[in-house]
This record gives sequence, C-alpha cells and structure tokens, in this order.
Amino acid sequence: MSETAPPPAGKVRTLNCPNCGGSVTLRGFAHSLTVVCVQCLSVLDAKSPSLQVLQTFQARERVHPLIPLGTRGKLHGTQYEVIGFQTRQIMVEMIPYEWREYLLFNPYKGFRYLAEYDGHWNDVKPIKGVPEVTSGGKPEARWLGEKYRHFQSARAETTYVMGEFPWQVRVGESAQASDFVAPPRMLSQEVSEGEVNWSLGEYMEGAQIWQNFQLPGAPPPARGIYANQPSPFADRTKSAWMTCLWLMAGLFALLMLASMFMRQEEVFRQKYTYSAASRVEASHVTSEFELKGRTSNVEVNIATDLDNDSAYFNLALINAASGQAYDFGREVSYYHGRDSDGNWKEGRAVDSVIVPTIPAGRYYLRVEPETEPNPAAFKLARTIRYEIWLRRDVPINLFFFLAAGLLLIPPVIVTLRRAQFEQARWAESGHAGDDEEGKDDD
Amino acid sequence: MSRRIANCPQCGAQVGFRFSNAVQTTCSYCRSILVRHDVDLTRVGEVADLPPDSSPIQINTEGIYDNKAFVVAGRILYEYEQGRWNEWHLVFQDGVSGWLSDAQAQYALSVLVKSSEPLPEKTGLTRGQRFKIDGEWFEVTAYNHANYAGVEGELPFEYWDKATVLFVDLRSASGRFATIDYSEATPLLFLGEMVEFDDLRLTNLREFEGWAR
Repeated sequence: MSETAPPPAGKVRTLNCPNCGGSVTLRGFAHSLTVVCVQCLSVLDAKSPSLQVLQTFQARERVHPLIPLGTRGKLHGTQYEVIGFQTRQIMVEMIPYEWREYLLFNPYKGFRYLAEYDGHWNDVKPIKGVPEVTSGGKPEARWLGEKYRHFQSARAETTYVMGEFPWQVRVGESAQASDFVAPPRMLSQEVSEGEVNWSLGEYMEGAQIWQNFQLPGAPPPARGIYANQPSPFADRTKSAWMTCLWLMAGLFALLMLASMFMRQEEVFRQKYTYSAASRVEASHVTSEFELKGRTSNVEVNIATDLDNDSAYFNLALINAASGQAYDFGREVSYYHGRDSDGNWKEGRAVDSVIVPTIPAGRYYLRVEPETEPNPAAFKLARTIRYEIWLRRDVPINLFFFLAAGLLLIPPVIVTLRRAQFEQARWAESGHAGDDEEGKDDD
Repeated sequence: MSRRIANCPQCGAQVGFRFSNAVQTTCSYCRSILVRHDVDLTRVGEVADLPPDSSPIQINTEGIYDNKAFVVAGRILYEYEQGRWNEWHLVFQDGVSGWLSDAQAQYALSVLVKSSEPLPEKTGLTRGQRFKIDGEWFEVTAYNHANYAGVEGELPFEYWDKATVLFVDLRSASGRFATIDYSEATPLLFLGEMVEFDDLRLTNLREFEGWAR
C-alpha cells in the first residue's frame, strides 16, 4: 500500500520573532496556534509563516517557570514535553490568587497540564464528556459514578504567557472557572465564549514531579491545605476505628475468659437491723466463713433500706487464725426529691467494694454501722435494715472500662484531626461560611 | 479485502480502492479528486495542498476498535478559529465505514447513524442545551462554523465542494459523543464515543522527529 507518499515527518521548527528578532522554537508541530516569544514576550500567530505579532506585553515582571520550556518528563508512562506556560489568577474579595499552568505535549497522546499553586500540584487532563451538575446551595458534579462537591467559582484571568498553545491565548483574556472536588481529584469547568471545557485533575506531590522531570533542587514546599489535597487522616480514621474495635473485642474476650476461670463464689450472706435510737453497741462480728483458692479479691456488698438518709460502715475483714485485719470503711447514702428541674437522685442504697489480695483461710467480718445525727430522720425510728454478702474471686469490670477508654483515645484524636483538616480545606472555598454538615466523605 | 483498481482519467495512474463503497477518492499522483459513478471515474477537481497537520494518523494507519480491525482510507480536514481537526474515514474489516476524529490528539470514534428522533433545527441551538439522542441525554458543548480545508483518499460520499460547515458537538455524562453536521439538507448525525489513543492499538503511524512511538 504505497500509493500515497509518506508525509513529511513532524519536525521541531525554529523561526525568528518579528518583534525582537530572537529565535522562536515550535515544539508542538502544527497543533500550535499561538506562540509567545520567550525573549520579548510578544504573542505571535504560529500559523502565519512569518509569525505575525498578535499582542505585545511588557506590563509585568518576567516570570520564571519552575519547569523550563522544553523539559521532558514521564507521566502515566508517557513522555511529555513542556511547551507552554501561563499564569492565571482569580480575585476573591479583592485579593488576587495566582497559579501556574505548564502545558505538556506528546504528539500521539495530545495535551495535558501540570498546575501549581503554593507548592501544590495537579496533573490535569481534558475529559471526554460533560459531568452532570446539580444546582442549589451546595452544587455537585457527578462524573463516572463519583460525586464532586463544588469548591469555588471565579473568573480566571490569564496574566502571563510563554511558549506555545494549541488555542488562542492572550494576556488579559478570562474564563468563568468552577472547581468541584473529591480529593485527590478535582473536576474543573471553564466557560468561555462558545465553549464549555471540563478537565480532571489529580493531586500530585511536587517531589514526584521533580523526580519524573529530573529537575534540579527541590520543589517549593506546599503551604496550607489545597482544595483537592488528600487528607492524611481520611484513611487513618477508618483504620484507627477498626484497630480500636478489634482491640476492644480482644479485651472483652479476655475478660470473658478470665471470668470463666474465676470462682465468683458467694461465701457469706446475712441480714441485720441497726437502730440508732438504742444505745446498744452497734458493732458486731459475723460468723466465720471460708475463703478458698489462690490469693484473690473479695467483693463486699451492702444493701440497705436507706431512704433520704446515709450511714457509714466501718468494716474489717479478719483472718480467724492469725487475727490479721483488713480495715476499710464505706459510706452508703441515698437521697432523692423534686425541685424546679424535676426529679433528682443522689447516691444508691446499695454499695459494693472489692478488697484485693486476700489469701485463703477462715475469716469473719467486723461490722460497725454509724449514722450522723439527721434532723429530718431523727424524728423517725431511725432503724436501718441492711444485708451483707461476700463473693470470693470476682472479675473487676472497672479495668475493662479503663482499658476501653484508653483504646478510644487514638481513633478519637484521628477523627478530630481529620475534621480539622477538612475545616481548613473548606475555609479556603467559596463555602467557608456554610455549615459543615455533609462535608465528610463516607 | 478485495481491491479494485481503476485508472485516473487525468493522468492514467492506477487508483486502488480499499473500500468497495467508496464514492470519492484522490489520485495520489496528480492530486485529482475523482468521483466514481458505476465503474467510471470522473475528475471533479484538484486537491489543494493540505495545510501542515500534526495528526499521528495517516492513510493506511491500522487499528482495532470494538474487536474489529480497521484501516484508514481517507480523511476530511476542517479548520476553525481554534485550530484544525481531521475526520479520518475508517473502513472496518466487515466493510462498514466509521469516523475517527482527531482534534489536537483528542480522539473520538463515531459512525453515521439515522436518528430515531428528529434532530433539532440548527437555528436556536445554543451551547449548554440538552436533548435526547438514542435514549440518552446529550449536551451541546461546541457550536462551530468550520471551513472545509481539504480531502485525501477514499470517502463514502462526494465531498469536495464545501465551504463553511456548521458543526454541533455534543457529549453525554457517560462519555458518549455526537456530532451533527448541518451541511446537508437533512443534518447528518454521527454517534460514538471519545476513545483513548492506546485503546485503538494503532499501527503504521506517522513518525515525529525526537519522539518514540
């Protein structure tokens, strides 16, 4: 099949700028519509054989692209060359925000850009379709099954151009730009006369670009949080909660296992009555009981019929053989009533305490109830009925709750930091004043 | 694919047809535009020099789409204020025609279809307008008057005396693509999708100095 002669191969051309005479390199082959002389910054018509001058501008200081024109580097396995550079800006509340765009070209794969703002980079490609945009207070764009939340809309003005572009560029021209984010991606819509263009950007680390394009030195440090910068906490929140859940489950299993091996044996139970009115010595000792097994705890429970009253119990667990006493005291009080806030309650009529590390042996308990003179209760008979029972070798649930509480700390911190990150992200958006509801991804 | 050979009525050179339904072709020696009526070739004009163009695709480029092999048999080149684009005429292995549009190395593959619903009138069409084609919502993304800038190779219809053509580009949210060509009395609807260069597995491409394929 050779009826057609092979067309001339695409070639880089070099011409002279009609304004300053400097050399102008055309790297984008016949795709380039405009080329900007790197010496005098005149905007030239790349289609006219003599590069007709379309616009001259010297209005501002020369900008030095961080990636020089003509630099090649790999993105997604394809080699691209930087052929154009422009700076653009938006005004938000009278403050200009300027970013830089590097136009990349490969003769087979076409064009894409790298955009940089404050050390944050995006790898941007025009997309093949029109995302659906929902209107309303919080507009969203949907593209290939993913939701992008509206971040900002503003008029983007071109402030500086260098190199080649496959479309008409002029300094001062502008387009209405809207950004929608789903970190690490960002959908951008640009509307200028006659055309709507959508592009999809993906957040990139400067260091990655420096590596791919083999640039000397280090990329400028990223400052602040960028619109589609992935949150370092987004994945960590989930894993932190999962870890916490597993540890909790393990802890609970351990607790269950431990309680299976504990005696949890009731060793003593007796009911008593105490009368404050009688001058009889209230102190008494219980009958002896046996504490078996290894050295372990003893749970001492006191249930009373106290009602808007309190009592103090001096207690001693005494070893019948050695006479060694473990002294302790418990205050039991229960009050309730009704005030302007409604019903209230304070304390409980039942008390429970764990006496740790008691060796096996025969023991008895010395009990000495006391009551404070209570004007309200004094008129009454002031009789307190109470019951004491003891259990040997019981699991201590408090440890479980303490450990569980500690386990909750890491996921709670990560969750809070994630919320802070999102707050900082959206503080820079056009929705800074909106409520935060629905801004989380999951 | 059976190849038919005829002789150019202008210079006598052999003119081969890759595409049995080709109605128009160009003689690669004398650049005559030839139109086929039955077996006779009639010279209707001469191709002007095509403006320089940087498409990596050329006549005889081969590729695969939808598991069917195709070969590029011809093209129409258009020009508008934002640049040029090619409509490459593809001939699939089963003889069906398709179009591979290449605008600044953004590719879309489409076929000429008969619309089930009447197409909108060109007057009053605006960018951003949405309507249903083939059961799916499409949005008008571009509305351009393009200049016919030249032809090359075999085409399934006569196409050589155009001047300005109104094109309306439409895209759907699922990445489908449509173009309506208002140059004929009844508008022509091309329906397809945007395609990735790598997915077409193209061979016999143009070479670019300093660039590896």
